[in-house]
Amino acid sequence: MTAIAQRQRPAPASPVAASVAFAWRSLLKIKHVPEQLGDVIGIPLLFTLLFTYLFGGALAGSTHGYLQFLLPGTLVLAVVFITVYSGVTLNKDLATGVFDRFRSLPVWRPAPIVGALIGDLGRYLLAAGLVIGLGYAMGYRAHGGAAGVLAALALVLLFASALSWAWTALGLVLRTPNAVMSIGFVILFPVTFMSNVFVDPRTMPGWLHRLAGANPVSHLVTATRGLMAGTVTTAQVLWVLAAAALLIAIFAPLTVLLYRRK
Amino acid sequence: MMATTPRIIGDLAVETDGLVKTFGTTRAVDGVDLAVPRGSVYGVLGPNGAGKTTTIRILATLLRPDAGTARVLGHDVVREAAAVRRRVSLTGQFASVDEDLTAGENLMLLARLLGHSRRRARQRADELLMAFGLTGAARRQAAQLSGGMRRKLDLAASIIVTPDLLFLDEPTTGLDPRSRSHLWQIVRDIVAGGTTVLLTTQYLDEADHLADRIAVIDHGRVIAAGTRSELKTSVGSAGLRIRLLDRAQRDRARDLITSSHGITVHDEPDPAVLSARIPAQQHAEAAGELAAHTLGQLAASGIGVSDFALGQPSLDEVFLALTGSQPRPAPVDAGAIA
Repeated sequence: MTAIAQRQRPAPASPVAASVAFAWRSLLKIKHVPEQLGDVIGIPLLFTLLFTYLFGGALAGSTHGYLQFLLPGTLVLAVVFITVYSGVTLNKDLATGVFDRFRSLPVWRPAPIVGALIGDLGRYLLAAGLVIGLGYAMGYRAHGGAAGVLAALALVLLFASALSWAWTALGLVLRTPNAVMSIGFVILFPVTFMSNVFVDPRTMPGWLHRLAGANPVSHLVTATRGLMAGTVTTAQVLWVLAAAALLIAIFAPLTVLLYRRK
Repeated sequence: MMATTPRIIGDLAVETDGLVKTFGTTRAVDGVDLAVPRGSVYGVLGPNGAGKTTTIRILATLLRPDAGTARVLGHDVVREAAAVRRRVSLTGQFASVDEDLTAGENLMLLARLLGHSRRRARQRADELLMAFGLTGAARRQAAQLSGGMRRKLDLAASIIVTPDLLFLDEPTTGLDPRSRSHLWQIVRDIVAGGTTVLLTTQYLDEADHLADRIAVIDHGRVIAAGTRSELKTSVGSAGLRIRLLDRAQRDRARDLITSSHGITVHDEPDPAVLSARIPAQQHAEAAGELAAHTLGQLAASGIGVSDFALGQPSLDEVFLALTGSQPRPAPVDAGAIA
């Protein structure tokens, strides 16, 4: 048992290194508990298949034509929906003793949360990949080419990461993971559906039209459609970047504050 | 408070003064004063809800006290929290390892966070798994380990970089006796390496086995502190216990001891056993003399003794006496029961 003492005290991990270590932890958890990916796989597939074949004929005359309009929307929808799990996971984590240990370590305090959000990018990428892959199998074609698709992917992931901070803040306030999930979905349904994901908002009553127009999700869908179709404008992208910056500016400090108070 | 804690300035691992933490209307910690010397095992003993865990969480910088001060290894836990975190380690009441990760991954993750290179982290994880007899569990998820193994992993995680001060919050709660004694041995080894251990427990025998000094805490306050024997002496008395060969002689033996020494002798539930408390004012030698004399007297009167014991009260008795309950149904005179 003499091997157990180790007096050498290396300098603790830097904020970046600590965050990366915690991101590694998230990926390991996915590796060991793959069933937690059920929603990440199910939601994109269901949304893409259901909405295309249910509404395509009625809304656009053909499922093929509708898919061309809908797919960038389901890409946004699927990824934005699963952001809520950032809050659910954090809430679950906090209930276990391991967070006490993390917080008593000499590393940058928000590192466990930042690391988890970096790890979440893996889940978002998986969901987005499934939507695009399935879309291509169903006949979708992106006229913006590979560069357009990659740029769209980057924009969606950036917005999703920014939005995740809202759920981590919620996850620190609510008592149970289930509560985070319920409230998260109650917020997400109207926010995602009252947008231009499924239909052109011009068909909506005036008040809803204005609401959908102001919805950041609509801006994200517009920019994603533009990037994938090769018709994007700088303004469309800037709107999304501004929305993401605003989300981070509000919810990242709030999360860190709530976490420190925990 | 019957504190006999020596104050050696600058040589305290933990020093708290009037620590208070309130949750809503509950004063979980209500003015705790502790002085933990370096290099020892210090036991904080108390029933559930006494404020042990809250105290430890304050000392480990996880909670801010509402009032009072705490210094850990010379650093203030609020103003110099980062300096404290660099030198302490915490093993929480519920296993503080990630249940989804394997034993090896848990250690690797913490080693990386503590600044080891990837290669050194793996090496250190292997070393510790080996030292704690967990090599076979290296690739198993922590959730699948037995309670004892998880606790060992927990301790291993706490000493990846050997801390100057280790907080152990109820380290053996819920473990079987063999795992407990194994864990105790590990704690002794860690202390032998120069680490100070602050241990909370609700098990008196755990404090008795491990702790050099003990603070008894109840309702958020330290109600007694000192070494084991100081605490035992403080509640009053050495205990004498005699088992007779012939139970029919018990009345005669009792009368004999009572009349010659003037101490109260109790009948135990076992009809052949007598017990007596020797008052604290008497010196230890006096208790020995009294016992020897008693034995001689009994032999001279033809009363055979099969078993005889003289000792300090158990910590159980100390604890129960301090926290206000009686260690056993006290002999009551019939008149007291209306």
